[in-house]
Amino acid sequence: MKGMIENMDMVRGHILCCGGTGCTSSGSELIIKEMEKQLAEYGLDKEFKIIKTGCFGLCALGPIIVVYPEGAFYSRVEVGDIKEIVEEHLLKGRIVKRLLYQETINEEDNTIKSLNETNFYAKQMRIALRNCGVIDPENIEEYIASDGYKALGKVLTEMTREEVIDEILKSGLRGRGGGGFPTGLKWKFTYAAEGDQKYVACNADEGDPGAFMDRSVLEGDPHSVIEAMAIAAYAIGANQGFIYIRAEYPIAVNRLQIAIDQAREYGLLGKNIFETGFDFDLEIRLGAGAFVCGEETALMTSIEGKRGEPRPRPPFPANKGLWAKPTMLNNVETYANIPVIINKGADWFNTIGTEKSKGTKVFALGGKINNTGLVEVPMGTTLREIIEDIGGGVPNGKKFKAAQTGGPSGGCIPASLIDTPIDYDSLMAIGSMMGSGGLIVMDEDNCMVDIAKFFLEFTVDESCGKCAPCRIGTKRLLEILTKITDGKGTMEDLDKLEELCLSIKNGALCGLGQTAPNPVLSTLHYFRDEYVAHVKDKTCPAGVCKALSKYVIDPEKCKGCSLCARQCPVNAITGKVKEPFVIDQDKCIKCGACQAACKFGAIDKK
Amino acid sequence: MEKMTVLPFNGTKEQEAELKAVIENHKNMEGAAIPVLHKAQEIYGYLPLEVQEMIAEGLNVPLAEIYGIVTFYAQFSLYPKGKYQIAVCMGTACYVKGSGDILEKIKEKLGIEVGQCTPDGKYSIDATRCIGACGLAPVLTVNDEVFGRLTVDDVDDILKKYE
Repeated sequence: MKGMIENMDMVRGHILCCGGTGCTSSGSELIIKEMEKQLAEYGLDKEFKIIKTGCFGLCALGPIIVVYPEGAFYSRVEVGDIKEIVEEHLLKGRIVKRLLYQETINEEDNTIKSLNETNFYAKQMRIALRNCGVIDPENIEEYIASDGYKALGKVLTEMTREEVIDEILKSGLRGRGGGGFPTGLKWKFTYAAEGDQKYVACNADEGDPGAFMDRSVLEGDPHSVIEAMAIAAYAIGANQGFIYIRAEYPIAVNRLQIAIDQAREYGLLGKNIFETGFDFDLEIRLGAGAFVCGEETALMTSIEGKRGEPRPRPPFPANKGLWAKPTMLNNVETYANIPVIINKGADWFNTIGTEKSKGTKVFALGGKINNTGLVEVPMGTTLREIIEDIGGGVPNGKKFKAAQTGGPSGGCIPASLIDTPIDYDSLMAIGSMMGSGGLIVMDEDNCMVDIAKFFLEFTVDESCGKCAPCRIGTKRLLEILTKITDGKGTMEDLDKLEELCLSIKNGALCGLGQTAPNPVLSTLHYFRDEYVAHVKDKTCPAGVCKALSKYVIDPEKCKGCSLCARQCPVNAITGKVKEPFVIDQDKCIKCGACQAACKFGAIDKK
Repeated sequence: MEKMTVLPFNGTKEQEAELKAVIENHKNMEGAAIPVLHKAQEIYGYLPLEVQEMIAEGLNVPLAEIYGIVTFYAQFSLYPKGKYQIAVCMGTACYVKGSGDILEKIKEKLGIEVGQCTPDGKYSIDATRCIGACGLAPVLTVNDEVFGRLTVDDVDDILKKYE
């Protein structure tokens, strides 16, 4: 290994700037440029080092800058704030309190708390995300300095292939992509499969809407995935790997390519790694926007350069995968756990989590929640802890209604089950699934029938069309749901929905179709009264479904200014000036223009 | 397929040379079609039949297979995009925070549907899958610029920027 530490000059302090997609979208690139400019202007560029890191997790507060040694956590930073940070904090040593993440301020003595003491981070445990927001993902030396490639060295020089597989088996690690299949078993099957050529592959085709865990790992710590794939390749006897990643993730693709190039340069990929005779190299393959390619057999068909349609199993990929050779496919987050398990041992990993779900899980918290972002918690943490303690609850004083896990394959968990521990089996038991880790919070303003319809629109769009239950069945499901949200549903439709859901589940070829009915089944189960309200009372309790909503003028509040009547595109509003106006419901097209125009808040949507 | 503005194909010699070089580089790669199509779309902005024909011939695979791949994957487009490509994120996090209403407003303002381009070639609208900026939900992008934490009232201001 060539001259390490060459770039690690001694400096007075470090400025960590988040370069994840969330912060980049809110302008962190410009902030970094401004910081460089200001540092140079004040002659501080030799004293402070700017490090562009991966995601800190607290995306709601981005762009984020953390200044060490103090550990000052600045949030929602704007370009105009940089000068103040440089002049006050870096030059004079006075922390800019105005910009600090307010939770890190100790009110009593005005000092700053460590991030780990804040509600957002206190209950988290970062294994897969251990380096995200800590190291510079574009610098292999920073990864190596954080024990990077130590596990690969250990495996190649001290362990047999069987010992590696045993260690992973013993750790109890299960697939983080959603299914929860024991990772060690997958390795064992591919190890045992007959074949002169074997492959390892990484599923980074993170298609669940609202999920961005894998992207954050690849953006913040790409080397951990590369190292893990090399370990897996050694264990199963492969020398070529593929990473299949969404083309929609340009930053992740770029950093991954940089990481692969650096690993090759350092001899950590390529021929004769660690002079042990082990050869391994990696190639990136881009997806092209097809959700079904997250399914393992479809993913492999896509890598082969074809339409990404799934194949029937068996034969399983462990025996016949890529180009009909034994192939072992794991998800990004699963891989990110591997080096830690090898370094710290299966026994250590075993102490974390629940009896059947070991370790931690990363969730992308989104929707109606204060602290949107990325969190990693030990398995068995309850939904309440994630939503209320870490997530900071639902904003604007609204009531928590449901949490959706597992994306289009998962279900909605109602508020009454908020104390459910999050692990593979508990979630299955209540009709949802772990999924890859999207966790969307919904409040009283969200209509559950509409949410089910939203997911079905997604699956109809993404169904590859190969098998009839999925291609035709999901379309029919969507038609019935649309009928209900249009106020034309009957009680029989609810029974039909249920029956059709079950036949799709049983009949579909791949995971996409088999799980597509889950959003319908779970909302039908936990929010049946809402379906009934749409069908029987022809109302949408949350006021979302347009055909069922009504705009009404409150005569108490209406001043009779006639502004609404003038805005209405279909002349549905009439009245005498200075007297309350009324809306003709037959003419109204529910565009909401009147409500937007009213200066007195007199128009309600019911 | 709904009506689209289909401009006549007018690829340049330079673009053709670039594509030929890409095909040459990928000739011996297993599963080359998708990487080549990605590059071709970078070069031309979309994948009209003329481009698909060149790829089919270059890689020695039937045109039907190339067309099958192009129409299977959402990222490959048979039609040109607008000068300003507006993409509204329809991921769940954005949807529950009202991205559907934002998309409606843009469609209404521009008078086109999702996937279409205005007749002057200036704007096109896409409803995209989750772009992963859920912390900023609801989000839309115009070319590479990201606008987050939006309300329906922000649409006018954003469109004004690209007049």
